[in-house]
Amino acid sequence: MSERASVPKEEDETEPEAEQEPVTTGAQSVIRALENAGTDYVFGVQGGAIMPVYDALYDSDINHVTMAHEQGASHAADAYGVVTGDPGVCFATSGPGATNLVTGIADANMDSDPVIALTGQVPTEFVGNDAFQETDTVGITQPITKESYFAADSDTVGDDVSEAFALADAGRQGPTLVDLPKDVTQGDTEVEPGAPETPETYEVPEEADDENVQEAAEALAEADRPVILSGGGVIKADASNALREFAKEYEIPVITTMPGIGSFPEDHELSLEWAGMHGTGYANMAISNTDCMLAIGTRFDDRLTGGVDSFAPDAEVIHIDIDPAEISKNVYADYPLIGDAREVLRQLFDAMPRSPDADEWRDQCQTWKDEYPMDYDTPDDEPLKPQYVVEQFSEMTPDDTIVCTGVGQHQMWASQFWEYTEPRTWVSSHGLGTMGYGVPAAIGAKLAAPDQEVVCFDGDGSFLMTVQGLSVAVREQLDITYVVLNNEAVGMVRQWQDGFYEGRRMASEYPWIPQFDKLAEAFGARGFTLESYDNVEETIQEAREYDGLSVIDAHIDPGENVFPMVPSGGDNGLFALNEDHLDMI
Amino acid sequence: MPGPAPDERMRPKGRRNTQGIRVDPEAEVTHEPRQAVLSALVKHRPGVLSEVSALFSRRQFNIESLTVGPTVDDDTARMTILIEEPEPGIDQAKKQLRKLVPVVSVRELEGEAVRRELALVKVSGEKPDDVNAVADMYDGQAVDASTDSVTVEITGSKQKIDAAIEAFKQFDVQEIVRTGAAALERGPKTLEKDV
Repeated sequence: MSERASVPKEEDETEPEAEQEPVTTGAQSVIRALENAGTDYVFGVQGGAIMPVYDALYDSDINHVTMAHEQGASHAADAYGVVTGDPGVCFATSGPGATNLVTGIADANMDSDPVIALTGQVPTEFVGNDAFQETDTVGITQPITKESYFAADSDTVGDDVSEAFALADAGRQGPTLVDLPKDVTQGDTEVEPGAPETPETYEVPEEADDENVQEAAEALAEADRPVILSGGGVIKADASNALREFAKEYEIPVITTMPGIGSFPEDHELSLEWAGMHGTGYANMAISNTDCMLAIGTRFDDRLTGGVDSFAPDAEVIHIDIDPAEISKNVYADYPLIGDAREVLRQLFDAMPRSPDADEWRDQCQTWKDEYPMDYDTPDDEPLKPQYVVEQFSEMTPDDTIVCTGVGQHQMWASQFWEYTEPRTWVSSHGLGTMGYGVPAAIGAKLAAPDQEVVCFDGDGSFLMTVQGLSVAVREQLDITYVVLNNEAVGMVRQWQDGFYEGRRMASEYPWIPQFDKLAEAFGARGFTLESYDNVEETIQEAREYDGLSVIDAHIDPGENVFPMVPSGGDNGLFALNEDHLDMI
Repeated sequence: MPGPAPDERMRPKGRRNTQGIRVDPEAEVTHEPRQAVLSALVKHRPGVLSEVSALFSRRQFNIESLTVGPTVDDDTARMTILIEEPEPGIDQAKKQLRKLVPVVSVRELEGEAVRRELALVKVSGEKPDDVNAVADMYDGQAVDASTDSVTVEITGSKQKIDAAIEAFKQFDVQEIVRTGAAALERGPKTLEKDV
């Protein structure tokens, strides 16, 4: 059971489990494996080679959501996995169906999101002949999955799916894929799939070595300027509560990574929010000047570290991670603690000899919070500031509201100006940076958490990449609010062109874009337009209250840029607060 | 946004090198590349070779040779991989390799491990006796001969084969094929059991 803000759906345990029909085909065995693993939803698109699997789904209680495009299927499954903590499932046919899934699979791989992709394949006898809609799906996806399986036999295909499901969920989560040739799914079998079990070669560490924990605890207790860096792995391991207890007990300031947003409440006095390229000034000052960093479930991505030569250069690093290959990959770990984040935090909690003597340091962190507030101007005579829209929305919604985003400037504002307090309420594309993630992700998130409010901030560029997904959200009668922070440009690229390419705005500005409120209406959703400060609260409230899909087209200041900013490969402590600073560093 | 400018801020004293290791700000530390022999037991199944080789190219590990063949167990194959990397790279290669699902175990073989490579060298057939004499010097033997060519087989360490090929150059080398290294640890130690 994952740490979710909402109360889990009640299951009716009184009803006796219906007698399951024995399987007769490979396809039925595939569906049975998904049923056994507890699958509620599948996101997919039909097609020739996957038809036997869909035919078997006809008799199953699993809900299927027909997506408008396979990319949306993989993103929706990804978001479903992020919000529930259990693998999201997506289906696609062979060839273009499978290749369309690829972006979402790569996205899940970068963010360690649990996803299982089942793809149709041409019949085994045609494999290698360049048959109609044939592509080497296993070959294409092997580098971007934990493992890609080619199902070879109707008798074992159910086991392949069971194993892929278990593997997606085990240890460091991630995507897996099973490629299903049509003759294998159509073929006869009476073999029921086995229970989901990880392959024997796959080892999942749990507790860290006690001696290492003891040494790490002493180093942390000795520190003068300690920080905790909480990554996405904390949320994945359902370790947010363990983290909160640890940080509060030993009074250590907490910085999150972007995927770690929500692992620690941003309204707590120990929170410095998140660090990195567009992180807060105070988080980046603390990262830069700490002498001991407890990093948990993070892979030290370059958007977090900037140049590693200047990353926390005075700090001894204690690194908790379930994946040994992340230890000392980008930043050397003085104290590697390999294991499950929740288990190891508990071990470390018990091993701490005392709190670090860090009154001065905490005061320093507070000074930085006062010196570098996340402020912006809202003069009445200027166009609407995106930050204001995000902030207002945040203030009007409950703490367990789920925020999804696309990728770009809007994503940064949504992460900077929304106040996150709960895990699994921030659903975004971090490592891969996939524009277009937002629309389908919100669909997956809403189905994963029907009782929670879901809002998706998107940019005009990002929104247009997957806008066809609105047809799905309307058909499924999903109550989601999309907010397009519309600056009529691929804003982040435009910002970089202005900062680093002498203002040469090549292919970043849209000479003409659709009216998104009207577009929404065409899809059957409610459309709203926002152009000034006058009616921001009122419009948000109306969109929220509408029982169904609504889209707010917010026309924002096209000149607004995202700050603070650490230029790529730069020094976190030298973040720019405005355009002028970029010239100084 | 308000706040002190970059040049007015508290600054750390330290520095890390490109591998993310903290270094003395005054001293430049670089890790010299060295050669390592990695031996991996893998599940014997389709696609495993491409999975392993794709890993090395994708992660930019410098690989010198990769050989694969069956073991006493029908279900497993052994890969012997020669890489040349600085210390952190060798360590990372081992961890990434172990992370692949079909990989059962990985170990770096120590310096004195038994390492053998086989080469076939096809040279001009004009002076067959001289070719045989050189082959003898390297414990090699002619395995094929025609009026125009002689093919010689050499087995041994990489250095020995390099030297042999150098010596054969006087006979107009027409073609060379080398297997890459196969290697086993000396003594009773195996990949499956530590002794």
